[in-house]
Amino acid sequence: MTPAQVLDREGLDRLIEALSARGHRVLGPTVRDGAIVYGDLAATSDLPVGWTDRQGPGKYRLVRRDDDALFGYVVGPQSPKTYLHPAEVVVWAGERTAHGFTMAPPPEPPRYAFVGVRPCELAAIGIQDRVFLGGERDAVYGSRREGIFLVAVNCTEPGGTCFCASMGTGPAATAGYDIVLTEVIDGKDHYFTAESGSERGAEVLREAGAVEAKKGQVKAAADLVEAATGRMGRTMETAGLADLLRQSLEHPHWQEVAKRCLTCANCTLVCPTCFCANVEDTTDLTGRQAQRVRRWDSCFNYEFSLIHGGPHRASAAARYRQWMTHKLAWWFDQFGTSGCVGCGRCITWCPVGIDITAEAAAIRSKQEVV
Amino acid sequence: MSKPKLGVFKFASCDGCQLSLLDCEDELLTVAGAVQIAFFPEASREYMEGPYDLTLVEGSITTPHDLEAIKEIRAQSKFLITIGACATAGGIQALRNWKDVTEFTRYVYAHPEYISTLETSTPVADHVAVDFELRGCPINKWQLIEVVNAFLHGRKPNIPSYSVCVECKRRGTACVMVAQGIPCLGPVTQAGCGALCPAYNRGCYGCFGPMESPNVLALGEWWRSMGVDDRALVNALRGFNAYAEPFREASDVYAQQA
Ligand code: SF4
Ligand code: SF4
Ligand code: SF4
Ligand code: SF4
Repeated sequence: MTPAQVLDREGLDRLIEALSARGHRVLGPTVRDGAIVYGDLAATSDLPVGWTDRQGPGKYRLVRRDDDALFGYVVGPQSPKTYLHPAEVVVWAGERTAHGFTMAPPPEPPRYAFVGVRPCELAAIGIQDRVFLGGERDAVYGSRREGIFLVAVNCTEPGGTCFCASMGTGPAATAGYDIVLTEVIDGKDHYFTAESGSERGAEVLREAGAVEAKKGQVKAAADLVEAATGRMGRTMETAGLADLLRQSLEHPHWQEVAKRCLTCANCTLVCPTCFCANVEDTTDLTGRQAQRVRRWDSCFNYEFSLIHGGPHRASAAARYRQWMTHKLAWWFDQFGTSGCVGCGRCITWCPVGIDITAEAAAIRSKQEVV
Repeated sequence: MSKPKLGVFKFASCDGCQLSLLDCEDELLTVAGAVQIAFFPEASREYMEGPYDLTLVEGSITTPHDLEAIKEIRAQSKFLITIGACATAGGIQALRNWKDVTEFTRYVYAHPEYISTLETSTPVADHVAVDFELRGCPINKWQLIEVVNAFLHGRKPNIPSYSVCVECKRRGTACVMVAQGIPCLGPVTQAGCGALCPAYNRGCYGCFGPMESPNVLALGEWWRSMGVDDRALVNALRGFNAYAEPFREASDVYAQQA
């Protein structure tokens, strides 16, 4: 490991340039429609400079900060999943010929670089790697995942629905990045401590002109990240949780959640680890062209569990239970890891503010009455 | 094999959904090549007697004459597909179902005695068997092409019944209800429009009717917590799909409390 380095804002601009020069499409947080979403970055001025987000169950607002922080907010409704496991993608296209049919190869995906990826998002990418690459390699995900460059940012100001500390995925990034930054604003002093996690990361830091960090700078950054652990908006008690849920399949609380749940699927679609998709085969009107399209789907959708005779998860209670038990219990059996990284998206972006940490706590606290 | 015969019929409606078919421009030529347009007054003067292989019906049933006509059309049709909020839910004109129609006619017409109308505006499926209902006010032309395409190839149409939210998330719109506090009917409304309104910073108006498992009262509770009063809730639910059961029942609840 190289010693900690430091960059100023101009250095970060050079870092973005260096990534473009290497042929990456550089993506990072940008402001659009009242939220922070992933968008193209040409320079640090494209970042949400001086913005922060206030998050709570079913509520998100952008608010001005009193400084020019580049990363003074947490995660928005999107995650790298939007790009690595696209919402809609043509898996193959074919055309009928005189002697059968031909298949067009899928277009070459861009080589993405993500700047400003949060520790929970790195953890989520690690989980999706297991899902999509752990067994049979998924070509859509693999072809997008394999060439990416990840510039992570440690969290110093957790949001109102964050609970990465409970899930062991943050607020500090520990693995899976090429470069990790910590932003420090100390009066007029504004800098980013940087560490590389790969050879490429070290090269890009050199190209950006990073210099060795002073001891005081390293300490200031570490202190901010450490303090963040105690400032999570939410907590999830994980001890024995998976087993508890496995034993609570008939718990009356599922019915209680179902009264509030809209089965709208937002929680699954914003979740950075949920991977479910549907494939649809279509033809044009002449029947000459055909294609297979893959689209995000969700266990909250009726057709998702449709079998002969109807959906086998007809009720809202069954659907919410499937979602939560999959995230927090069955995922361990299936992929050897939790399906939840504690990013809080499902809480913020649930249109009626259903809170996975509160529902898990309710099931735990009402154990004895079952 | 002769081409399937297509008939397009209209009841109480604005013609917007039929226009979606005409709006298919390029695709229409292919459709026209694949089917024989036997009856489509909006597009052609050609008139061929039934029976029809594929019948598209727009509009709601509002008069005694409609009632007779729809039965005859059904008898003449192999596949009958209703298109649009009027044909599938009774349309905006179903607002009359909460009022006294004869009173309306007295106000509006100089000679109300010439008006022969039913008490209610109802969807086609209330009166005859319908093979597929294509929702929307107006319908989405790509969905219409999909339904015709599926019919031509003898397969089930791929028309999802999940929420508008799914389309919102797929296209990458940040939720307007969560991020901007704008009341939105998307979570209880069926997808189909591609989540058009939220993409333009508006809440969903419910054009495609109730989604597959709508929990309207739970959404209403949330709207109330956002400061929406019961009268506004009634107005939001009584739109183009006012008479669709889940919207109707919830609107009745809020109307009682308003
Ligand atoms: S379940 Fe919720 S908190 Fe956990 S990773 Fe998914 S969106 Fe984030
Ligand atoms: S929780 Fe639902 S949508 Fe998410 S991965 Fe599991 S089954 Fe799929
Ligand atoms: S928990 Fe919330 S986001 Fe998820 S389906 Fe239910 S209402 Fe929608
Ligand atoms: S804007 Fe409306 S349709 Fe879109 S996700 Fe939010 S509630 Fe659903």
